[in-house]
Amino acid sequence: MSDTHAHSVAFVRKTEIPPAPPPASQTGIVKWLRENLFATWANGLLTIAALYVIYLVLSVILPWLFGGVWNTSSLAECREVLQGRVGGCFSVLTERWPQLIYGFTYPTDQYWRPNVAFLFMLVAIAPVLFFDLPRKLLYFTAAFPFVAYWLIWGGSILVPIVAAVGIIAGYFVFDRLNKSSFAAGFFGAIATAFVIWYLGGFLIPEDQSGAMLSPVPSRDLGGFMLNMMLGLTCVSLSLPLGIALALGRQSDMPFIKWICVIFIEFVRGVPLITLLFVASVMLAYLFPPGTTTDLFLRVVIMITMFSSAYIAEVIRGGLAALPKGQYEGADSLGLDYPQAMRLIILPQALKISIPGIVNIAVGLFKDTTLVSVISMFDVLGMIRGPILASTEWNGVYWELLGFASLLFFVTCYGISQYSQWLERRLATDHR
Amino acid sequence: MTTMTDPPKESFQLSMLLNDTRYRSLTFQAIAAILLALSIWYLGNNLIQNLRAAGLNISYEFLGNPSGYDINQTLVEYDSQSTHARAALVGILNTLLVAFLACVTATVFGVIAGVLRLSKNWLVAKLMAVYVEIFRNIPVLIWIVIIFTIMIAVLPGPREFRGADPDASMFLGVAAFTNRGVYIPQPYFIRGFGGVADLLLVIAFLAGSFFAVRAVNARATRIQEATGERPQTLWTNLAIWFGPLIVLFLALGLTFDVPALKGFNFAGGIKIGGPLIALWFALSIYTGAFIAENVRAGIQAVSKGQTEAASALGLRPGRVMNLVVLPQALRVIIPPLISQYLNITKNSSLAIAVGYADITATLGGITLNQTGRAIECILLLMLFYLTASLLISAFMNVYNASIKLKER
Repeated sequence: MSDTHAHSVAFVRKTEIPPAPPPASQTGIVKWLRENLFATWANGLLTIAALYVIYLVLSVILPWLFGGVWNTSSLAECREVLQGRVGGCFSVLTERWPQLIYGFTYPTDQYWRPNVAFLFMLVAIAPVLFFDLPRKLLYFTAAFPFVAYWLIWGGSILVPIVAAVGIIAGYFVFDRLNKSSFAAGFFGAIATAFVIWYLGGFLIPEDQSGAMLSPVPSRDLGGFMLNMMLGLTCVSLSLPLGIALALGRQSDMPFIKWICVIFIEFVRGVPLITLLFVASVMLAYLFPPGTTTDLFLRVVIMITMFSSAYIAEVIRGGLAALPKGQYEGADSLGLDYPQAMRLIILPQALKISIPGIVNIAVGLFKDTTLVSVISMFDVLGMIRGPILASTEWNGVYWELLGFASLLFFVTCYGISQYSQWLERRLATDHR
Repeated sequence: MTTMTDPPKESFQLSMLLNDTRYRSLTFQAIAAILLALSIWYLGNNLIQNLRAAGLNISYEFLGNPSGYDINQTLVEYDSQSTHARAALVGILNTLLVAFLACVTATVFGVIAGVLRLSKNWLVAKLMAVYVEIFRNIPVLIWIVIIFTIMIAVLPGPREFRGADPDASMFLGVAAFTNRGVYIPQPYFIRGFGGVADLLLVIAFLAGSFFAVRAVNARATRIQEATGERPQTLWTNLAIWFGPLIVLFLALGLTFDVPALKGFNFAGGIKIGGPLIALWFALSIYTGAFIAENVRAGIQAVSKGQTEAASALGLRPGRVMNLVVLPQALRVIIPPLISQYLNITKNSSLAIAVGYADITATLGGITLNQTGRAIECILLLMLFYLTASLLISAFMNVYNASIKLKER
C-alpha cells in the first residue's frame, strides 16, 4: 500500500507517535478529586460542608485529647495544671482504672485473678473463632468455664471440679446410650449429671476459709469485667437454648411448638429492662422459701432467656432458608430426626445464621450496660455512681463517658469485623 | 372397618410409645406437658409460700390509691393527689409520645444517612459510614447519658437570660433553650376556642380549600394534556390550604403565649423537659444508624438494571432515586424498619436512666417502690409493652402487606 502511494504522498510517518500523557485533569489526584469530591456543583458544596463539619469536630476534640492531663489525683488539681487551657482530665482514668475495670469492691490484692481469667479467655476463645488453630486447644476451651469460675469467685476448688465431673460423666453416658436412642442418651446424661452434682454437694465444705483462693461474693464484681462476664456467659448459654427453641418452633408437635412460640413472642415483646426488674425484685419470690440466690445468677438467667429468644428467631430464619431438598435428602438417607438435625440441617442453618447471631451477640453485649439501672456496678454504673459522686471527680463527664464508649466501640466493632471475615471465609458458593 | 382383615392386628406394647413414630410425638408432648405443669406448680407453690412468709398478697387495689408524687412532664391533668392508675396513664402517654417522636426523626436521619452513604461523593459517604459505625457500636444507654449531659453542660441555665446584657438570649425572641428544657410558644385563643360555630367555620374553610385545590389540579392536568407541560402547583396548593386557615385563626383571636423569664425560671409556653429531649434525640440518632444500614441494604437490593433503565429513559438522578429505586427498595426496607420501631418503643424504657416519666419510671419505678407491689407492677408493665409491641407489629404488617409486590 505504501508503495503505490509513495510518490503522491509528501510524508509518511514510519514510526509510531509516542503515547502522549493524558491531560492533567484526567489523571492522578486531580481526576480522583474531580470524580469523587467535585463532580457537580451540589457535590462540591456537599464536600465543603462535610469538610467544615470534620474541622468543627476535630478542632474541639484534638486539643482536648492532646492537651489532656494524665497524672493528678483530683479534678481541682487537674484544673490547676490546665490553668484554663483546653484539655481533658484523663487522670481520672489512670487514678480510677481499677474501679472502672474491676468494680470498687473486688479485693485489691486479688486483681491478678480476673487478669489471668481474661488471658485464659483469649486463649479459650481463639480456637472457636479461628479454625486454623490446632483442634487440641478446644480441650482448654472446654475447661475454661470451670477455671474461670474458680479464678474469679475463688472458694473451694471442689465446686468447679464437681461441676466438671458431672458434665464429663453425663457426656460419657450420652455417648454410650446415643447408639440406641438419642432421647435415652439425652435424658440419661442429664440424670447422671444431676446425681453426681447432688452427691458431690456433700464433698464441698461449708466453711470456705481454708480455700486456696479466698472467696469473692458476686456482689463484689463490677466494672467492665462485669459487662464482659455477663456478655460471654449469656451468649454462650443462650446459643444452645436458642437452637432448642428454634427447633421447637419448627416442630410438628403442636404442644411443644406453641410453648416455644409463646415464650419467644413474649420475651421479644417486652424490653430487657422489665426482665431485669423481674430479676432484681420478682425472681426471688419464685425460688424455694429460705434460699437466697445472688443477683448475678438471677440476672444471668433473665438475660439468657432474653437473648435465647432472639437467637431462636435468627436460627429459625436459617432453618427456613435451607432448601426443602436438604430435609428430604436427610430423610431418604434413613437418618432419624436427631441425626438429620445434627449432621445435615443444623451445620448449614447455623452457617447461614452467623451474621444474625453475631448481631444479637453485639446487641446483647451493649445491653449489659442496662444492669446499671438495677444497681449493679458495671462500667456505666461505676461512672454514674461511685466515681461521679466522689468529691475528687465530681464533674468529669466527657473523659469517663468517652472511655466507656471507646471500650464498647472497640469490642463491638471488632466482633462485627470478625463476623464479616467469617462470612467470607465460610462462603462455599462460587460467585 | 374392612381394611383390618389383611395385616394381623398388632397388639399395643409399651415400648411402642418411644419407638413407634405414630405414638412417639404424643409421648414427648405428654412428657413436656407434665414437666411444664410440674414446674408451674413448683414455682407457683414457692410464690405462694414466699408471699405468705412476707405477709403479702396479690391485689391491684393500690392502683386506686393516691400516688403522692409529682411528675414534671405530663400530657394529661395530673397532681400528687391523683391515683397510681392515673400516674401509670401519664407514663403510658409519655412512652407513646417519645416513641412516636423518635420513630419519626430516626426514620428521617436513617433515610438521609443511608442514601448519603451510597453517595458518589467519597467524603460524604465515608462520613456517613463513620456515623453509622460509631452509633451502632456504642450502647444506647451511654448515648442517652451523653446527650443528657451535653444538654445540662452546654445549654445555658435560666439565670443567664437575666439582666440588661445577658449571657444567653432567646432564639428569635420566642423560644428558650435552657438546661432545664426547651420552652416554645403555646398557641391559644383569646376568647377561648369552643362552640359548634367555630368548629363549623373551620370545617367550611377546610372544605373550601379542598375543592379549590382540586380545581387547581384539574386545570393543571388540562394544561398538561393540551401542551405537555404541567404548571407548578405545589406553592399554589400550599397557599390555598394554609392561607385562609391562618386568616381564620387570626380572626378568631389566635395568639401565642411566649415563654418569659419570671423569677428563677421561664413561665408560660410549652416546656419540653430536658430528659424528653435527651431521650428523643439519643433514640433517634442511635436507631437512625441502624435504619441507615437497612436503607442502604434496601437500595443495594434494587438491581442495577433498574437504575440504568431509568437513566436511559432520560430521568435525572434525583428522579431515578424517587421514582424508580426508592419505591422498590421500600419493600425490602419496611420489614426491618418495623423491628426498629419496635426497638425504639422498647428502648424508650431506658427513660428511667435520665428521669423521664415514662411507664417504666412511673409504674415500674416510683409506684413500685412506694407500694412495694413488685409482682403486680411488673406484670402490668410487661402487659403494656407486650400489647404495644403486638399492636405496632400488627399495624405495620398490614401496611407491609398493602405495599407488597403483587405477583400473579
